[in-house]
Amino acid sequence: MSVNVRIPTILRTYTGGKAEVAAEGSTLAEVIADLEKNHTGIAARVLDDQGKLRRFVNVYVNDDDVRFEQGLETATPDGAGVSIIPAVAGG
Amino acid sequence: MAAQTVASTTNAETSADSAPSTNSADLGPAAALSCRECGHRVPLGPVFACEECFGPLEIAYDFSAYDTEELRKRIEAGPANIWRYAPLLPVPADVATKPNINPGWTKLVKADNLARELGVDPGKLFVKDDSGNPTHSFKDRVVAQALEAARVFGFTTLSCSSTGNLAGAVGAAAARAGFRSCVFIPHDLEQGKVVMAAVYGGELVGIEGNYDDVNRFCSELIGDPAGEGWGFVNVNLRPYYAEGSKTLAYEICEQLGWQLPDQLVVPIASGSQLTKIDKGLQELIKLGLVEDKPYKIFGAQAEGCSPVSVAYKAGHDVVRPQKPNTIAKSLAIGNPADGPYVLDIARRTGGAVEDVNDEQVVDAIKLLARTEGIFAETAGGVTVGVAKKLIENGLLDPSLTTVVLNTGDGLKTLDAVAGTGLTATIRPSLDSFREAGLG
Repeated sequence: MSVNVRIPTILRTYTGGKAEVAAEGSTLAEVIADLEKNHTGIAARVLDDQGKLRRFVNVYVNDDDVRFEQGLETATPDGAGVSIIPAVAGG
Repeated sequence: MAAQTVASTTNAETSADSAPSTNSADLGPAAALSCRECGHRVPLGPVFACEECFGPLEIAYDFSAYDTEELRKRIEAGPANIWRYAPLLPVPADVATKPNINPGWTKLVKADNLARELGVDPGKLFVKDDSGNPTHSFKDRVVAQALEAARVFGFTTLSCSSTGNLAGAVGAAAARAGFRSCVFIPHDLEQGKVVMAAVYGGELVGIEGNYDDVNRFCSELIGDPAGEGWGFVNVNLRPYYAEGSKTLAYEICEQLGWQLPDQLVVPIASGSQLTKIDKGLQELIKLGLVEDKPYKIFGAQAEGCSPVSVAYKAGHDVVRPQKPNTIAKSLAIGNPADGPYVLDIARRTGGAVEDVNDEQVVDAIKLLARTEGIFAETAGGVTVGVAKKLIENGLLDPSLTTVVLNTGDGLKTLDAVAGTGLTATIRPSLDSFREAGLG
């Protein structure tokens, strides 16, 4: 499964400045693992020491917040858009 | 007069989110941005998330140059708006001379009639009525602050994601300062809020989705070339914007005669306001402007959007997002970014987080209007309703000095009290007047 991942500004140092990169995986966990393979260091920014999504990271698969789905086990269908967004805005 | 500290001139970060770069940031006592999660520090700039852990960045200050009594005199001699507290805010020393909406110094109303109805001791209950701000909500405080940061960082477009009140505040501030404004709101907001945002002449865009969808869109726009040069007051200017809420704490204490209240009831949307009120109180204590004593902060939510209240009652320290469904739309943030900090503060201070349903919100709006002549928007109904519930539950002590926040004007949410109307319709005659039982 190939998906398109939107990278927030603060992680673009890991993607050579690219705002979007392709990644492989049938779940979000697999997509993040694949991102790490090609952009070393990025997983540690998105996941905490226990391997869970950091609490100030929001991830959307297409338009769905993965916290309303299956978290890291959320399916990432072929061609899906994955957005990683700092959860700091609002109010 | 106390001198501004020297730690205020730092380089804006070159990796700032889609921002014009600037070589120096004259933001008064602000010294750096510090991650609330991991403590990582970066220079002042239009950035909002920690590059190490995604945690929220907030302003770190250097107040070391201040003498307490000189600072108190300087504040008391200042203008009757938030800039009287400029020495404690991330703004240039000459902020009061720049075109801005100059909010604040709103009334702290001693609410003895409401106290009587709620069973609170006379003289102990106050309503901090922020409907008196230029665009009739507390959002003017945070926007005025963000506007100054936008000016320093060289932005020319002011933007935001909004549940309505913020949209109006941004539109007004941009108009006054000569900025372009383009703001984003959920497409189904109350008509009053749409009009009150659109009238200032900026661009107002409805997004098909709820507030969290709007927020997500704005966060993505910031990282896109289309958003280049835009200052989103509650996203890339958020560390500065959020500090505006500290002025509520400063004003309450100064209006109480430089004393801390014992208890505060504060609404929760993102949770930012509550956390910054706590920060403001702590700063006043550390600066010696108030005597240190315990205070309790209570958070108030609407039942239809109560992720923080649910987490509090369940004993959790993380907040599970909800899909909002409440008439209190200005508080309808289902994924509140500062929720975990609200939980920390409520527990640390011995407060609580409570919620009320929409019917209770409407009843509380009417109660406040009937007893004190204050017409609150739904968020004010939430705080008054929660205060009532907390008293009934024995969590809020009726013998202590308590401040309940009203953060917006009821004219913005007329739909909530739409059933309120004529007592009677009569012919223009005394007989008809008497027949209606009015005489």
